Amino acid sequence: MQLTVIGPGCARCKALAQFVEQAAKELGLQYELIKVTDLKQIMALGVMMTPALAINGTVKVVGKVPSVAELKTLLSQAAEAEKAGK
Amino acid sequence: MTAGTFATRWNRLSSEWKTFAWMVGVFLLAYYLPLSNPKVTAAIQEAFRLLQWYARNHTLACVVPALFIAGAVITFLSQASVMRYLGPNSNKLTAYSVASVSGGILAVCSCSVLPVFAGIYRLGAGLGPASAFLYSGPAINILAIFLTARVLGFSIGLWRAIGAVAFAFVIGLLMATIFRREEGERVAAQAALPEPEAPKRPLWKTTIFFVCLVAFLVFSDWYNPGDVVVRTASGGQFAAVALQETRDDMTFQLKEDWAGHRSGEKVTLAKKDLAGIQEAKTWVIAVYHARWYLAGLMGLAVLLMTWRWMDRAEVGQWMRNTWDFTKLLVPLLFGGVFVVGFISALIPETYVASLVGDNSLKSNLVASVVGAFWYFATLTEIPICEALGKLGMAPGPMLALLLAGPAVSLPNMLVLRSVMGTKKMLVFTGLVIVMATITGMIYGALR
Repeated sequence: MQLTVIGPGCARCKALAQFVEQAAKELGLQYELIKVTDLKQIMALGVMMTPALAINGTVKVVGKVPSVAELKTLLSQAAEAEKAGK
Repeated sequence: MTAGTFATRWNRLSSEWKTFAWMVGVFLLAYYLPLSNPKVTAAIQEAFRLLQWYARNHTLACVVPALFIAGAVITFLSQASVMRYLGPNSNKLTAYSVASVSGGILAVCSCSVLPVFAGIYRLGAGLGPASAFLYSGPAINILAIFLTARVLGFSIGLWRAIGAVAFAFVIGLLMATIFRREEGERVAAQAALPEPEAPKRPLWKTTIFFVCLVAFLVFSDWYNPGDVVVRTASGGQFAAVALQETRDDMTFQLKEDWAGHRSGEKVTLAKKDLAGIQEAKTWVIAVYHARWYLAGLMGLAVLLMTWRWMDRAEVGQWMRNTWDFTKLLVPLLFGGVFVVGFISALIPETYVASLVGDNSLKSNLVASVVGAFWYFATLTEIPICEALGKLGMAPGPMLALLLAGPAVSLPNMLVLRSVMGTKKMLVFTGLVIVMATITGMIYGALR
């Protein structure tokens, strides 16, 4: 699963990255964490507010840092969608 | 190695280098600091004195509550709902108005200003509202308003907020008019606006919660203006503002003509010549004496509401957001205060006064230009202005510096250039300088 943390590197973006990693590890997912910090790339992804999180290229979270529990729900949904797609 | 782990490893490596660079810096400073120079030792003392003043006077009553409010703003107020008004299809007038005032919610810390600006410009309502936001955002974030009012005085704090909002509108409109032909170049990407969340509680609850939270800060922050009626030993009497008290004498600013002095003049009188000083009976002073009770009441109300209305996850998030801001801002602010104290003791007073000592066009322009290019770490513009004020900076240029300072700086000009191109960046910077100068002149003239 490809997890993209989008944000210019502020404290909240770092918190989001850390929580996402924690959530993915707790779920035992195979993941790849990418950080997008360049403003132009952020715009190209259609993100108006940071921090944001994209799962497999789709932006799921914009402008907030969800709790680890909320992130786990999001990630497991995405994991199921991935399985169903294969 | 995947891209992800490589990026993590690179980040880790560069942060080690940063730590090393810090160590080298501190080492060189310790090695070469000329302690035998009396000017340097005086400057070090001044740095600690200023730091202590902030610790004693501004930290518990102002900075700490303001951090909690900032944390509450991004936890309990839906920023996404504000962004809707700045989306690509929003009504123009609404977009300008919302952009000019939304800094209070969207720019809780200046680090979020540039991404939001870029978002409004490329994906949302366009260049005009984005420029309006960029100008007003840093000036009307909650921490900046309260700290400015607390440290530099109520009127300049208010002017900073109102001036920023009013002129943001003008700058936005001008930018949109100047570049009306080039408005087309948008990113094709669909703006990923978050889905509207169902509000967790009715609006009135959120409103009351924030009113009490802000009221707590306002009361704990309440300032004694020092209005007094002075009776002298020789039988005279005058109304004045008490400014400073030393062992033997007191300094007043007159509020009426007295004994050959004009109203507004500062006079220093020996204590033995004073028969009595009585506080003026105004509501401001009455509130001042009751401030801890009022603040305590508001604090209890906030605690009660937190307990009854918020779920534990939200409260946890609020505390986490507050802590994040604290980690980000407190070292910057207090480090900034220390450095400002040190440097200001080394700058000759006449130099500052000759550049920005009056409310003339030249002084305001100098302050705006310096403010526009200089990089102010979040909130440090306030101790800097305070120090410059002591060195003789007039109120007009101070406001100009406060307005132009956080809106643009050399480093963020580079980012702006990459987002909107050289020409627009230069025009925007020019407009910021002109507007800040004009606002400073108006304020200076009214004072």
